[in-house]
Amino acid sequence: MELLLQQLFNGLTIGSVYSLVALGLTLVYGILHIPNFAHGALYMVGGYITLIMMTNAGLHYILAILVSIIVVGVLSVLMERLVFHPLRHSPPIQDKVAAIGILLFLEALAQLLWGADYRQMPTPFGQVVNVFGLTLTLQRIIIVAAAIAVMIFLYWFLKKTFIGSTIIAMAQNREGAALVGINTNKVAILTFFIAGALAAIGASLTSPINLVFPGMGHLVILKAFVIIIIGGMGSIPGAILGGYILGFTESIGATYISSDYKDLIAFVLLIIILSAKPQGIFSKGGA
Amino acid sequence: MILETKHLTKKFGGNIAVKHVDFSIEQGKVNAIIGPNGAGKSTFFNLITGVHPPTEGQIFYKGEDITKLPANKIALLGMARTFQTTNLFEMSTVFDNVIVGHRLRTKSNLFDAIFRTKRLKEEEERCKEKALEVLEFTGLANVSDQLVANISQEEKKRVAFALALATDPEIVFLDEPTAGVNPDETEELSLLIKKMAEQGITVCLIEHKMQMIMSLADHIMVLNYGEKIAEGTPDEIKNNEEVIKAYLGGGSVSA
Amino acid sequence: MKLLNKRNIIILLILLAAAFPFVIQNQYYLHILTLAFIWTIAVYGLNLLAGYTGYLSLAHGGFFAIGAYALGLLTVKAGFSFWMAFLLAPLITMIIGLVVGLFALRTKEHFFAIYTLCVGYIIYLVIDKWESLTEGVRGLIGIPAPEAIGPISFTSPISQYYFALVVFLLVVLVIYRIIHSLTGRTFIAIRNSEELALSLGISTKKNKLLSFVLSTFFAGLAGAMYAGFIRFIGPEIAYTTITFDLLTYMIVGGIGTFAGPIVGTFLIVLLSQNLQFLQDYRMLIFGPLLTLLIIFSPRGIVGFILMQYANWKTKKKVITSKGHVKEG
Repeated sequence: MELLLQQLFNGLTIGSVYSLVALGLTLVYGILHIPNFAHGALYMVGGYITLIMMTNAGLHYILAILVSIIVVGVLSVLMERLVFHPLRHSPPIQDKVAAIGILLFLEALAQLLWGADYRQMPTPFGQVVNVFGLTLTLQRIIIVAAAIAVMIFLYWFLKKTFIGSTIIAMAQNREGAALVGINTNKVAILTFFIAGALAAIGASLTSPINLVFPGMGHLVILKAFVIIIIGGMGSIPGAILGGYILGFTESIGATYISSDYKDLIAFVLLIIILSAKPQGIFSKGGA
Repeated sequence: MILETKHLTKKFGGNIAVKHVDFSIEQGKVNAIIGPNGAGKSTFFNLITGVHPPTEGQIFYKGEDITKLPANKIALLGMARTFQTTNLFEMSTVFDNVIVGHRLRTKSNLFDAIFRTKRLKEEEERCKEKALEVLEFTGLANVSDQLVANISQEEKKRVAFALALATDPEIVFLDEPTAGVNPDETEELSLLIKKMAEQGITVCLIEHKMQMIMSLADHIMVLNYGEKIAEGTPDEIKNNEEVIKAYLGGGSVSA
Repeated sequence: MKLLNKRNIIILLILLAAAFPFVIQNQYYLHILTLAFIWTIAVYGLNLLAGYTGYLSLAHGGFFAIGAYALGLLTVKAGFSFWMAFLLAPLITMIIGLVVGLFALRTKEHFFAIYTLCVGYIIYLVIDKWESLTEGVRGLIGIPAPEAIGPISFTSPISQYYFALVVFLLVVLVIYRIIHSLTGRTFIAIRNSEELALSLGISTKKNKLLSFVLSTFFAGLAGAMYAGFIRFIGPEIAYTTITFDLLTYMIVGGIGTFAGPIVGTFLIVLLSQNLQFLQDYRMLIFGPLLTLLIIFSPRGIVGFILMQYANWKTKKKVITSKGHVKEG
């Protein structure tokens, strides 16, 4: 029983991070209609910026995360302006290749600047606490709490503020949004900033319990794709729910099936889903 | 009757795009389908040519039930079509674009390709001859070795016709064949459509340009909200009360 | 002028490649060129599918690894002769490709890309974790070199070079014939518009599957060649890095162009070898190059040259045809 609870909490931790990354990806998909393969690289840069700000600039963990949010957000916006915007009328294969080009570049850059080693991120929240008979590190509790706080804030921003609602409007109908006077360029920039920020938060939260290295975004981004396909490309609740479902499945699968193959779970899930429903689970039927 | 539909119906989710349409196409004639925007004309075309399966109803081609056949099998039977967008390969020549149009009448496979068999060479020759023939017919012989990127919109429409004709069709479906071209070019294209009918190819088209339809078509069907509201000769259609009503607000019939 | 026609240039290039080991007696360069031949074969497979049929598969590195591991396992663990394994490896890859293709091709565009990316990861994870079969991260050692055929032995670097060159030339010939046949035209029609291709009576399902299976065949063939040449393989050859490398070669050379895979692969492989400091950081240059090319010249270096040539030819034709009018 205790083991199960422990694993459920682990699932909650992993799921929180997956949800944050998937949220950014799904927002960008809603606007762009292409899968941003470079999103994993933003996640990786987010981890490094926080790490470097702490170790080299001596900033507090939380301050370092703020810097990381801004840097990665701006990087994400630059990507939109310099690459995806010029390609918006091109065949979809070109967006994908361009995104892969950015991904390869950022990874090589990270390796050049910060080396290829696996690095540990220190955290001021390393204490061990006892909650309901479970032994947890404070960092894990912070991951869950912070992720949920960020999601609530994002929900409020998208639903209750005017500028947030323009994002929703544009995701639903790009031409329609332009017709009612929404500045689609501004919305695209804002969306990319949010996506970058979410990736930075996700990476910074999880790095103290995982590791920071140039390839750290690979598995996470691919799983985020699986999540948004399960949850419906462009769907915000789908991304959150999908993130937690995958988090729980993996954590329980790792304990009771095989920890070697736990990473396979997501991919096999996706293969099964897309084989049965080639347009995704929540595709709008018809054509 | 070369083609007949019975109670043809298509639903998308809760919306009925085409509702119980009975329609028949006379051989060798120019048949037209008209109707206001969103009347279900394109959906009707897509049902007949096998792009979408119908929800209810049947389609008969020369008495044979083709309701469940996929688009490529329907093309093999001698039904060709064009699309509103031409979808040509811009970086290749007009001639190269049209060659593949006769592919469905050939049999050579990967083995023939790798060993360049006699069958492949003969069939390639036949495809090329066919391409030349249809380019000549559509008046494109002079631009056949130009890149598609460098020809005019009207010429691209002709290339799309040529591709359809290269399949050796008995009936051709044209989806808004003159959309996006100027009045003079529209005139030229309708001459080409007439020429196709004179060659014995049955034509069925969707069009918005009423003047052109009235002078070109032998037989017209009017769709509104997915239902057939009238059918007949151009004169009958022009004087039909229901048709005039349907078009009020959507532009007049004579426009 | 006549001396520089297409056929003579090709003959000259083949002669140069054949004479290379005698002109430049540098083992290192021989090694690099042999590898470049092998990579190009894999890139041709990718180009057939992504470039000519319009389906960007991100599992290509995975199929390369399947070919390599099939050869490795058949020779090292099952005791097959090299040549037997060399025949079987691409076939095994093709069969796995057929099964994957049957399902993957039900999806389109980005779903297809994500699906195949997942397939690639699964292949990697299986190779990495299934230690009892693949030896996992330890890798597969002791893969034999090709056995001698009569008097021809394949143990020296020069003979390996010629072996790779011959297979490479055969692949180029086969690809050329496929692309310039009715089958190739069928693929191109599907790339342009599946809807249009269907209306022209083309079975898109069958042809897409054919293209996919062919692409995995060439990936598997290249993988088998690689295993026989390097004679040691580890799970990293199944990693996405390989897929992305192959993709880079294809895009830089020119996606959907016939010469693109050769130009892109040789250019990048030779450049990164000559600029040693670039080895680990080559993507600092090639990553942005990939992105810039796709924005400004989507069909790569070869596509750019072809475009210039086509424009030049049209101009010339307009001038001469005007001349004819005057004569008439």
